[in-house]
Amino acid sequence: MNNSELLLLWSDNPSVSVVIWASLIILAMYLGRQSGHRFITAFTGMLNSTLKTTSEALGNFEQKVVKRNKQVILHEGKLATERLIEREFHRVNTLVAMDLSGYPAVQRKITDTINQIEADYQSSNETPPSPPDWLEAVESISTIKSNGDSAVDKVLTNIKESLVNAHEQTMREYRKNSLSRLQYLKKMLPSWRNLSQTVTGMSKSITDLSDRAEFIDKQMGVYEKIRAEDDKVAHLLSASSLTQFFISTLVLIIAIMGGVINFQLIALPMSEMVGGTSEIGGWKTADIAAMVIIMVEVAMGLFLLESLRITNLFSLIGSMDDKMRRRMMIVSLSILTILATVEASLAYMRDLLAMDRELLMQSLAGVATSNVEFRWIPSVGQMVMGFVLPFALAFVAIPLESFIHSSRTVTGLLLATLVRVLVYLANVFSQLADQVGRVGVHAYDLIIFLPLTIEQWARHYRESREESGDEYSELDEIGGNKS
Amino acid sequence: MKLLNTMLIGLLATGLFACSEHKPQKKGVYMLIDISGTYTQEIDKAQKIANYLLANLNGGDSLAMAKIDSGSFSEKDIVAKVTFDIRPSTATAQKHQFKRKLDEFVSNAKPSAHTDISGAVLQASEYLRETRAEQKYIIIFSDLEEDLIKGHVRKFDIPLVQTKVVALNVTKLRSDNIDPREYLKRLDAWEKRVYSGGGQWEVLNDLDHLNRLLES
Repeated sequence: MNNSELLLLWSDNPSVSVVIWASLIILAMYLGRQSGHRFITAFTGMLNSTLKTTSEALGNFEQKVVKRNKQVILHEGKLATERLIEREFHRVNTLVAMDLSGYPAVQRKITDTINQIEADYQSSNETPPSPPDWLEAVESISTIKSNGDSAVDKVLTNIKESLVNAHEQTMREYRKNSLSRLQYLKKMLPSWRNLSQTVTGMSKSITDLSDRAEFIDKQMGVYEKIRAEDDKVAHLLSASSLTQFFISTLVLIIAIMGGVINFQLIALPMSEMVGGTSEIGGWKTADIAAMVIIMVEVAMGLFLLESLRITNLFSLIGSMDDKMRRRMMIVSLSILTILATVEASLAYMRDLLAMDRELLMQSLAGVATSNVEFRWIPSVGQMVMGFVLPFALAFVAIPLESFIHSSRTVTGLLLATLVRVLVYLANVFSQLADQVGRVGVHAYDLIIFLPLTIEQWARHYRESREESGDEYSELDEIGGNKS
Repeated sequence: MKLLNTMLIGLLATGLFACSEHKPQKKGVYMLIDISGTYTQEIDKAQKIANYLLANLNGGDSLAMAKIDSGSFSEKDIVAKVTFDIRPSTATAQKHQFKRKLDEFVSNAKPSAHTDISGAVLQASEYLRETRAEQKYIIIFSDLEEDLIKGHVRKFDIPLVQTKVVALNVTKLRSDNIDPREYLKRLDAWEKRVYSGGGQWEVLNDLDHLNRLLES
């Protein structure tokens, strides 16, 4: 029996049949009103309570995720701050070992220099020789007038000459002494300069040390806050982690593009080595070989930066002793250089193959082969690119490490956000289920409003009858009493 | 536990299958060029088709070119044949060499007195079987009008299993213009012959659609 047959079950006239069906349904709903109401209330109540429970469970989960995220962020921050402080202490140690360890020597040098300056100063301070004592007596005699006596005049002239000679000699002596003092002062100049330089160097070292101490103090403050699980620091670290994530993603995208270019350079010539026709799992073997070379280069770059302690992805490499680490660095750098050289030669071969193919196509098309000038420029360019790109790709380890560390935080944040949205949705749907239950009960009554109205009338009628019956019986009672 | 083991073995087998070396289907192409009568005038077109094939065949594929003359079931009629090396540089060198032989043949081609198409197709079939190519093509550049030397027997089924025979540039003869049924009858007869040999048949008169030539 299909739907139309079912519809026309009571009469061939659809309207009549629909009316009968509607009447029957309304009658059935009226008779099962209480059960219907209970069903609607129970069903929506069940939905409501289920969604509330889900919301609570999700809320708890969200709290756990948030707590875990905070722990992860703080842990990462703690490690980063520890690294920073460690590095600063290392620098301070270097500074102290290099500059301040020579402090006694510097002090000695300064003392020596000062003593030297003192001695020079003392030497420069010596008084010039005084003129002879008899000079004043001679000067008095020389001023006596001769009065025309030739013998006296001669004696006086001699005395005057002696006086002039003595004066000149004294001046000469004085100049000589002054020059000697000047020489001493001149000798003091490099000592002064030396002293000034030594003091400046010491001052610079002390200032640098002071700056570093200030930085360490600041980092220690952050470290203490991290240890105290401060929310503000957690928020700052989270923001920093997001920034790191986006920056590292951008750099990784750039690196991937570089990898694609690198792949294009070596994929074609690789077919000369492994053949151009075989495939592995639907991929050309030459393409896979090119990809493997690029991956090995990236891996070698990773090991190189790891052994240089620039990155810290493999704790095993980081904890190796210096000799072993140096060996590993040399090995990875050597392999990287060999691969870069192979790539450069492959890039050159690619150019040759492309040129050969171009010539063939021109020959097949019947076009005269043209000899392009400066053909060597792209060839050299490709070779240089083939050599440089592997080294550039090696540095991908730095953004990769940053990406791995920050993605942990970002994933946690995304998960927390997703759970929060789910909690909100569960709450909304819980409320909705509650409201739908109420609306459903009213809608049920709306469908069966006709029998409900009739029932209401009948009840009113019966109540009014009962009331009027009571009144009559009361009146009868009153009448009976009167009579 | 047994189920787990079976599943693990299955996964391993799938992985190995996925990683196993897979070679793309090798193509074997044998081109027949009719040099009977005035058809030698059409040889430039055949050269273009050969150039197209040279440009589109890759390492591992085989290509042979032979002329259709009075008695074509002979290796002497093969102008050039090659199986391209898997290394691109060597394959390109082979193509250059093939092209030189083709050019030489085109410039020195002399018309033959008779046309033994069946013998040439049989020769092509034998060659392609030996190449062990997965996709085999026989390209016939001819008007398909067979003219055998008296005594030559060619009325038999040619083994053409898994071989696609493409008739190119089946130019209408003068008699075809008078009675086109002759042309249709020739095509029909060859189609039946190819199908009875187990092959596939296609006619490609418009040389602008050469890209359909190597479609399997």
